[in-house]
Parts: sequence; structure tokens; C-alpha cells
Amino acid sequence: MRASAVIKSFGEGSGSSITVLKGIDLEARAGEILMLVGPSGCGKTTLLSIIAGTLNFDSGEIEVFGQRLDKMKRSAITKFRAMNIGFIFQQFNLIPTLNLAENVSVPLLIQGMSNSKAEKKAKEQLDRVGLGDRWRARPAQLSGGQQQRVAIARSLVHEPRLIICDEPTASLDAKNGTLVMDMFETVALVPGRAVIVVTHDNRIFSHADRIARMDDGVIVEVTEQKKELPSPC
Amino acid sequence: MLRLALRMLFGDTAKYLMLVMGIFFATFLIAQQSSVFCGLMLWTTATLRNVPAPIWVVENKVQQVNETNPMRDTDVGLVRSVSGVGWAMPLYSGIQRVRQPDGSFKIIQLVGIDSTTLAGAPVRMVTGRLEDLRLPNTVIIDELATKRLSKNPKDPKANVKVGDVFEINDIEARVVGICKAMKSFTGGPYVWTTYDRALTYAPPQRKMLSAVIAAPLPGRSIVETANEIERATGLKAFVNEEFTLKEPAHAEFNTSTIWWYVRNTGIPISFGTTVLVGFIVGMAIACQTFYAFVLENIRHLGALKAMGASNGTLCSMLVVQALTVGAVGFGIGLLGTFGFGYGAIKNDEPPFCMPWQIPVGAFAVILMICLLAALLGIWRLSKFEPAMVFRG
Repeated sequence: MRASAVIKSFGEGSGSSITVLKGIDLEARAGEILMLVGPSGCGKTTLLSIIAGTLNFDSGEIEVFGQRLDKMKRSAITKFRAMNIGFIFQQFNLIPTLNLAENVSVPLLIQGMSNSKAEKKAKEQLDRVGLGDRWRARPAQLSGGQQQRVAIARSLVHEPRLIICDEPTASLDAKNGTLVMDMFETVALVPGRAVIVVTHDNRIFSHADRIARMDDGVIVEVTEQKKELPSPC
Repeated sequence: MLRLALRMLFGDTAKYLMLVMGIFFATFLIAQQSSVFCGLMLWTTATLRNVPAPIWVVENKVQQVNETNPMRDTDVGLVRSVSGVGWAMPLYSGIQRVRQPDGSFKIIQLVGIDSTTLAGAPVRMVTGRLEDLRLPNTVIIDELATKRLSKNPKDPKANVKVGDVFEINDIEARVVGICKAMKSFTGGPYVWTTYDRALTYAPPQRKMLSAVIAAPLPGRSIVETANEIERATGLKAFVNEEFTLKEPAHAEFNTSTIWWYVRNTGIPISFGTTVLVGFIVGMAIACQTFYAFVLENIRHLGALKAMGASNGTLCSMLVVQALTVGAVGFGIGLLGTFGFGYGAIKNDEPPFCMPWQIPVGAFAVILMICLLAALLGIWRLSKFEPAMVFRG
């Protein structure tokens, strides 16, 4: 994923318009975890939404797996998201009336897979996050940490090449947050897959390969950690 | 995805039941009230069904069967003289009062028919012989009269039987037969007697003939004969077929009677208001609850949108949810209406008649309500950008 000179403003007219992203240049590589950190209101979530193709931007370029998002139609971006991107939300966003297998199968159903095949794959994925025997349970019957593991399984079930995580540990305590990230790193990080994580939680910084610090709509610093970086995807 | 949509719907039991209740309520009110209205309108033509004759000749200004202007007895001969007429008989039809042994009065619909031919006699006898009507002071009553004219209506053993006697205007009337008949609009039972005897039961007037019932000669058409009667006598000749919304070939008495009640009474307004209330309340409950359901699930629907579900997929999910609620609510509502109808037909009241147009019309209305509810949800969803899921 490459972002070049991305600018995004909210509001119309020069008086009421606020520029949230002021020329972002960023790169996420296959096989790495890139963390976007910074104070509240610095534009992390806006940048994440733009990378995910859920928000339009004013100028600049976003290229994901060689495809320019700014050149694509909305319907093509929607399809692109369904095929290539996995999501983990801060509030998990599991559907409370569905069981775990049904929740995890959602990305496959969106792709058009049959119910039975999708549920089979979903159960396999739940196995990988240690909840295979609880596939019939409803999200409300699980702890926060377990719910986030289900969300991880859902983000991985369709084998996306990019995973977008929005504050994945914000709703978890310290112990569960670390456990979830350990498990996430194990199951999610494979060659050819990039992971972008927006977080405030400095306890999980150690899981990052690179950390991009944002402030007031710009990337102020990118620091590399622990691993050798693979080539760009 | 549609299966997931249904699981989401059924999973929220409270809202699902509320939605079904709203649709049930609307369906029941619309179908039941329309059926009662149709039944009531059918009752207004009960005399035409209980006195089956292909042509009814009445005074020129008459518009409906329950309000006939009396004619001269000589008008019977006038009708008989028309070339295409096969037979023509006098008929008396009017509301009279029966005095019961305890001194109380009950309303009856008295029908006097020609004693020789018995034209206009009840079609389905339960007990007794039609011919006994020619005996002095005799009447044939319908099944409703056996209860209504009973000394104790709650006790089936006290029901009026063949051989029992009551009084009409202080004149003895002996029951010689019991028949099946449709209930009259006034709710009173039908009592048949001969035309001459009916004139003695009824208070005297200068003119007493209510109508002349007639039939064409074999091979002649009813419409053509009715036209001939009108031309030759200056009287009004109605054909007696079935109510129709189409323009009949000749004035049809059932249609004319029903339209008279629709135009000249507050009945359609009263029932129409209830149907409208059912529609509005059903729509309000369904739309409001479905909108609340969508609002409650907007975060999840937004997440689906972010994960790559197209607008078309999400819209079809909402439409399927709304239509499912509609189908279940409509089914239960219609079942409730059938139950009500079964009870009504079994007890002879309230009036109930459900032509196929009522369920079809009710289904169309419910479909409209459901699609409106779905549209509201779709409108709300269209305002929700997938990026909003990242903002909590």
C-alpha cells in the first residue's frame, strides 16, 4: 500500500473547512505490521478509512496491490474491499443475533460463497483462534477478548492481502490485549499480507514492525522495529 | 446474505413480534372490516336471494329492494300482458311485528307469495311441506325465526317448531314449515305466507302490492323481457342476478340496492374509516418499528458495508426482512379473519362475506406498508457512510 500526498478536508467553504490530512506519504509492506499512532484527532482513523476505500479524499494517490483507489468507481472499490481487505473494528461489530460461525462467515457470504461452504471455512478459522468448539455461541456469551478473537477470525476467513485494524485492544484490559495481539500476530502475519493497525495502546507497540507517528494531519516519524523489512507488495 | 438477514430479524424477538403484530393488526382490521361490510351489503339483498325470481317489477322510482313503493294489484295483470313474459306473480314484502306469548314484540320480514303457484317460495325447506302454506292461517319461517320467536331463545328446546302458533297484528299464524334463508338487513327473520293472507296481516293501505315477480317465456332473454316490460307498462323492471362492478346490460336489482346503501347511508364511511385507521396504525407501527430495527442495527449494517457488501445486497436484505414480516403478519391476520368469519357464519352474525378481492387488496396494502418500511430503512442506510464504523 502506498499513499502519496494524500489530503483530506471536512466541511465546505474556506471558512468552515478543516484539513485533517495535510499531505500524507506512507507505505505498508507485505508481511509487516504497520502501526499508526498519535494523539486523538491527528487523523489516524481518517487515513485508515481512506486506505480501506471507505472514505473519499481530496487529492493525492492511494495505491493498494497496484490498483489506484482514486481512479476506481465506488462499486469497484466495494468489490475490491470484499476481495482484498479484512477488518477488525474497535467495537468488534459482531452481529449479536448470529452465532460465531455465522459472524465469521460474513466476508465469504459477501463474496457470494454458499452458506454451507462459508460456515465450514468459518469453523476452521474459529479453530485457529481457539474457539472452534464454541461456534454455536452468540457474541454476548463471550468475554471481550474472545469477541476480538472472533473478529480476528472474521477478518482472516477470506484470506485478504491487507488487514485494517482500528484500535483492536481499546476495549480490552492489558492482559487480554496482549494475548489477543500475540495470537493475532501468529495467525494473521503471513508472507504477502500487510497489516495496518491504528492504536493508542503503547503496550502493543512491540508487535509492530514499523510505527508511523502522526500529528496534526502529517506523518512526523516512521520508526522501524525488530524485523527486517520485506519488499513492497 | 439473505439468510443472515432473516437470522438478524428473527434474533431480535421483541422487534420482530412488534412488527408482526403491526402487520397482523392492519391485515385483520382491513380484511375483517371489509368482509363485514361486504356481508352487510349482501344482507341488504337478502330478499332478492330468498325470493328467487329472474325479474322484479316495481314502481318506477324504486331504487332498492327494501324500500318498495306500493303498486296497484292490477299491475300484475299489466305485466302478464307483456308478450315475452312467461309468468308474473304478486309479491308482498314488508316489515311486520310478531307478538310473543309474554307480550313482547319481534320484527319479522313478511313475504306474501301467490298461493296457487307458490312462486317466490323458499328454496330450501328444512321441515314441513311448502304446499301446507295453502292451509288457513299458516306460515313458513326460516331457521333464525325458530330462535328469535322462541319463548326462551337461550334454550334450544324452546325453539319454535312446526305446529307452534304466534300472532302477527293480532292474527293467528301457525307454523307449517321451516326453511333456510339468508338473514335480512334489519336482522329480522323471514316469514312466508300467501299473498292474500299477507294483506290481512299487514295494516291496510290503499295500495299493497310490493312487487311483481316474473320470468320470461322459455327461449327469451331476461334482459330483453325486462326491457319489454318497462316499455309496455311504464314500471321499473330489474333483473335479479348478482352484484357486479361492471355496467350491467339492464338495471340489476342487487347492484342497484347495494349502490343505494353505499350512496345513501353512512355505512361505507363508518367501515372505510376503520379500514383507514387499520392502514394508518399498521403502517405507523410497521414503519416506526422497522426504522428502529434498522437504527439499532445500523452499526452492523455499516460494518457489512465496510467489509464490501454492496448497496444492492444491503437493500435486498432490508426488503427481505420487511417482506418476511409482512408475509407472516399477513398470514396470521388473514387466519384471524378466517377464524372470525367462521364464527360469524356459524352464528349467522355479524354479517361476513369475503370475496377474493378482499385478501388480494389487503395483501397489496400490506405489501405497500412493508415496502414503505423497507424504503425508510434503505434511506437511513444510504445516509450511513461505511467510514463511520471506524468512528465508534
